[in-house]
Amino acid sequence: MATPAPGWFDERLGLSSIRKFVAHKTVPSHSGTMWYYFGGITLFLFVIQVVTGVLLLLYYRPTTSEAFESVQFIMTRVKFGWLIRSVHSWSANLMILAAFVHMFSVVFLHAYRRPREMAWFSGIGLLALAMAFGFSGYLLPWNTISYFATKVGTDMAASVPMIGPYMARFLRGGEDVGGATLTRFFGFHVAVLPGITTLLLLMHLGLVQRFGISSPPKLEGKRIAQMPFFPNFFLRELMAWYAALALLGVLAAIFPWELGEKADPFASAPAGIRPEWYFLAPFYTLKLIPSHIWVLEGELVGFAGFALLAAFWATLPLWATDRDGMLRARRVTGAGILLLAYYSTFSILGYWR
Amino acid sequence: MTNGRRSLIRWLLGGGIFSSIASFLYPVTRFIMPPNVPEAAVNEVVAGKVQMLQPNAAAIVKFGNKPVLLIRASETEWKALTAVCTHLNCTVQYKDDTHQIWCACHNGFYDLGGKVLSGPPPKPLEEFVVRIRGDEVVITRGA
Repeated sequence: MATPAPGWFDERLGLSSIRKFVAHKTVPSHSGTMWYYFGGITLFLFVIQVVTGVLLLLYYRPTTSEAFESVQFIMTRVKFGWLIRSVHSWSANLMILAAFVHMFSVVFLHAYRRPREMAWFSGIGLLALAMAFGFSGYLLPWNTISYFATKVGTDMAASVPMIGPYMARFLRGGEDVGGATLTRFFGFHVAVLPGITTLLLLMHLGLVQRFGISSPPKLEGKRIAQMPFFPNFFLRELMAWYAALALLGVLAAIFPWELGEKADPFASAPAGIRPEWYFLAPFYTLKLIPSHIWVLEGELVGFAGFALLAAFWATLPLWATDRDGMLRARRVTGAGILLLAYYSTFSILGYWR
Repeated sequence: MTNGRRSLIRWLLGGGIFSSIASFLYPVTRFIMPPNVPEAAVNEVVAGKVQMLQPNAAAIVKFGNKPVLLIRASETEWKALTAVCTHLNCTVQYKDDTHQIWCACHNGFYDLGGKVLSGPPPKPLEEFVVRIRGDEVVITRGA
């Protein structure tokens, strides 16, 4: 009886070229190599989000009368429902944390330099998408905290001159946060954002493959030891994923994500209300900004400040080099330290005060 | 001649693709913007009975589909203000210890007339007129 020759799949799938590509792929090995794992950890947590998100979809109902109850049902009646929901919530937070670590390591190792600018821009786009996932997913359980967080978030969009009111209407699906907003955010969260993210993620990963992993500029011109990607780097990355999984499991099991109270549009915002940790810094800044700065509304000034800061940061590769293409490493590192200091200090203050 | 024909075909093809995309995008952009649903104009609501609130207490009541903060400041003094903070749209509450209105989201304070006392709110809260009709509390939009 004829059996498929070993080359049968090779011929039809081109496996040998993939094997050859992987065999030649290397990763620079130096004191900062450990930072290279965080991109992979972010990706791993994203995969967990997709899997747990699909599972939650089997029970979740996106209406104001059923959303809270359906999450309650998942957490109390469905076997391991509490765990799946808790993993989804914790993994979302850890994914954003891993993305932040990945981003700052790219900054401090100056990996955004030519020709990797597009990898930086696509990475910033992915971070923005991760935050949009967080903002839209936060509303879905339809609890008090998420309701007010969405009111504040969409009202910030409304403060943009000219197009603000249209943006707010588009986000809310009407004049105010309500059932239409919930349906919309559900659509964004499970269809629109995953679609865009998949495309951008493929581009980001493709660029990393195309240009390889960057070495820090201080090592440029020197002989840098290279580690084979497979199996050496891959197995280390696998261990990093296991470490992330262990942390995720511990957090999800010991600190199950709370559901809170069902949202009531006719109740006051409760004392101690605050957003997710990655929005704490802007949240605390908004608390400090007075009602008016000169003749402008404080809220508008704050929003303009955040927009400028985001634009400045997103365009980092464009101002990181001078006209002759020389790297302004100290300037970039300084900006990175300042941003990190602002973000962490204001997040801590926002949490405690 | 050939170049002229080629450029004409390029224009036709490019224009055709552009028009197709525009004809797809226009209805999509119109579709994603929610339609204007006019609200029934509400100018007066009966909030409840006088006994519903003790002096120095407050409640959120529905004024159409908007929340209004009804405060019984003393035995005879009633106040009603929009419960939506002018800063970022959160719903405010009455603080019975300081006799002020407070927004928990960004720590904005207003007095019982709706005037901003401290914090980020840029504008005062809109005040409503409260009248007692028999034993009913009636809230009316101010003139």
